[in-house]
Amino acid sequence: MAFRLPAIMKTTAARLSALYLLLFALCAVLLVFYMTSLSARMLMVQTQETINEEVQGLARGYQRGGIPVLVRVVEQRSRQPGANLYLLADPNGQILSGNVQSIQPGVLQREGWTELPFSYERYGEAAGRRQSAETETPTEVGHNAIAVVLRLPNQMILMVGRDLGEPERFRDVIQRSLMLALAMMGFGALLIWYFVGRRALKHIDGVSEASRRIMAGDLSGRLPVTGAGDEFDRLSENLNAMLARIAHLNDGLKQVSDNIAHDLKTPLTRLRNRAEAALSGKKTGADYREALEGTIAESDQLIRTFNAILMISRLEAGYSAESTDKVDLAAVVHDVVELYEPVAEELGVGLESSVAGPVVVNGNRELIAQALSNIIDNAIKYSAGAVEKPHVGVTLQRDGDEVRLQVSDNGLGIPDEGDRARAIERFVRLEKSRSQPGSGLGLSLAKAVMKFHNGRLDLLPGNPGLSVLMGFPGSKDA
Amino acid sequence: MSPLTSRKIAYNDGMKILVIEDDREAADYMQKAFAEAGHTAHVAGDGDSGFALADAAEYDVLVVDRMLPRRDGLSVIAGLRSRGNTTPVLILSALGEVDDRVTGLRAGGDDYLTKPYAFSELLARVEVLNRRAPTRESETLYRVGDLEIDRLSHTVRRAAQEIVLQPREYRLLEYLMRHAGQVVTRTMLLENVWDYHFDPQTNVIDVHISRLRGKIEKGFEKPILHTIRGAGYMLKAG
Repeated sequence: MAFRLPAIMKTTAARLSALYLLLFALCAVLLVFYMTSLSARMLMVQTQETINEEVQGLARGYQRGGIPVLVRVVEQRSRQPGANLYLLADPNGQILSGNVQSIQPGVLQREGWTELPFSYERYGEAAGRRQSAETETPTEVGHNAIAVVLRLPNQMILMVGRDLGEPERFRDVIQRSLMLALAMMGFGALLIWYFVGRRALKHIDGVSEASRRIMAGDLSGRLPVTGAGDEFDRLSENLNAMLARIAHLNDGLKQVSDNIAHDLKTPLTRLRNRAEAALSGKKTGADYREALEGTIAESDQLIRTFNAILMISRLEAGYSAESTDKVDLAAVVHDVVELYEPVAEELGVGLESSVAGPVVVNGNRELIAQALSNIIDNAIKYSAGAVEKPHVGVTLQRDGDEVRLQVSDNGLGIPDEGDRARAIERFVRLEKSRSQPGSGLGLSLAKAVMKFHNGRLDLLPGNPGLSVLMGFPGSKDA
Repeated sequence: MSPLTSRKIAYNDGMKILVIEDDREAADYMQKAFAEAGHTAHVAGDGDSGFALADAAEYDVLVVDRMLPRRDGLSVIAGLRSRGNTTPVLILSALGEVDDRVTGLRAGGDDYLTKPYAFSELLARVEVLNRRAPTRESETLYRVGDLEIDRLSHTVRRAAQEIVLQPREYRLLEYLMRHAGQVVTRTMLLENVWDYHFDPQTNVIDVHISRLRGKIEKGFEKPILHTIRGAGYMLKAG
């Protein structure tokens, strides 16, 4: 336990507790001093009042009958038990009467209130202490008291006082109980500090330990959540959510690298073989030129694929408001359809669009045009196998809160639902389309674009053929 | 022998080009290839020296890599622009974020090319940017050989014979004629005629060109719209 304390000291909770404890102790000590001095002063005032009353009583006796009555009253009162002290002495300080046997020297020489408590010894008590009195100095023996010293007209000395034992005891009791309370509170604070600090430390250690595990490569690991719903739980939950996002991105990255490895290796091998073949055997200049041109064409295709992969990853990384603006989808449809119209015509495919008026959404014009061109490009390619006259139709309409841009062809379509879902995945080229040129990334890119726009890309069965739906979120006033 | 070197026109003779690029090999290759095309290229390996060179000497075009040691490419361009230097700049970038292009052009670039690129593409763009090229924007009549277009009435004539073109075909021809004698690439056409910057997967531009060619060459003896292998197209008489 002792070796863990320094570690506890390093936690914020422990540092705060220590600071509070210090402040609290300071306040408590001040309070104790204040209380004790206040109570001492109050008791002193009370004591002096009592003495004054006694003096007045004696003064009345003296006025009634002079010295004899005074002496009698003193002797009478001296016999009563209590804290009051009476003493009558001759002008030289020789004790004549009263209940005081001996007194600290010098006290009787000064008239008025004694400035400091003095020590004295009572009659009767002294008997019990006879034996020890020989070894002790008189000042150390006996009790403390305060008194008022008066000199009578005949130069005799009258002293009236009161023992301080009771107020001193009272002060001690207050002081002791305060100290005890303080000690208990301090101990409690230490205890709380220790447990709170250790709890915090345990939590933090758990988080640290889990993070270390995760950093070591186990991305499926999660931070412990105790279920207490406290700030540690909230922290862990947020960190877990972050980890889930990282794991998701990591999976995506892994999938891309797998796909790259798989799909880029083939063209790279082809590229290499072509170069190798160009070097072997007897070749003319024209042969070399042809080989090099083929190599460049192959590299261009590779670069294109690579760019598409990068673009998809970047789009999936998230939406950025700076790259979007208000886009008129109708204009984009018009542009892209016009761009593809000659190609479609050359392939004998009818390409038509039906758009009613401008439809404005928030988005990136370039990306939307690229996605649409990929989809139209696909549609033209795959409608070429249609039974009737090949045809591709592009429609744009608003449906409630969604703006639907749909490209339908009347080709063979993708009858199987599972195949349709797979067609959007990266690099997937369904068996029937393997013979067509392309990277297999067209639809994936379109999907990434739609995801970037918080929209959707769905492949729907046409009648016949395939219908690709790009759904944009868009209210009327967007 | 190369189609790239056989098509020089007066103002494109011996352009002075500054290449600010930290990749030595790429810079050397560019220098050599520009020289082969009849231009002089100087190379600066970092942003600071590139800025100093561009600031001190007159160049016809600057080719600036976006990520440079010492001083970022965009900051070099912004610095030059703030000093009143209007030399056309082509930005080269390995970045391909959605809005990188916009940021680059906003910083003062005149064209933007993403790596990796074909040198023929870079050369064609640099030659179009040439500071000494006449701005033909204000001319109302473009003429190449016996082909002419009237930019006010949008009429096209070849050998005094009117040719009817679709609006897009007209804009395509207009762009080709403005840069007559220069190679224009497919992406340049897509950017300038259609105003899109993506890479169309199929030969869409080729089909548009062949349509246009059919209209302006059919029935006439001499070809005027030439295909430059591995690069693009060029409108040229004879």
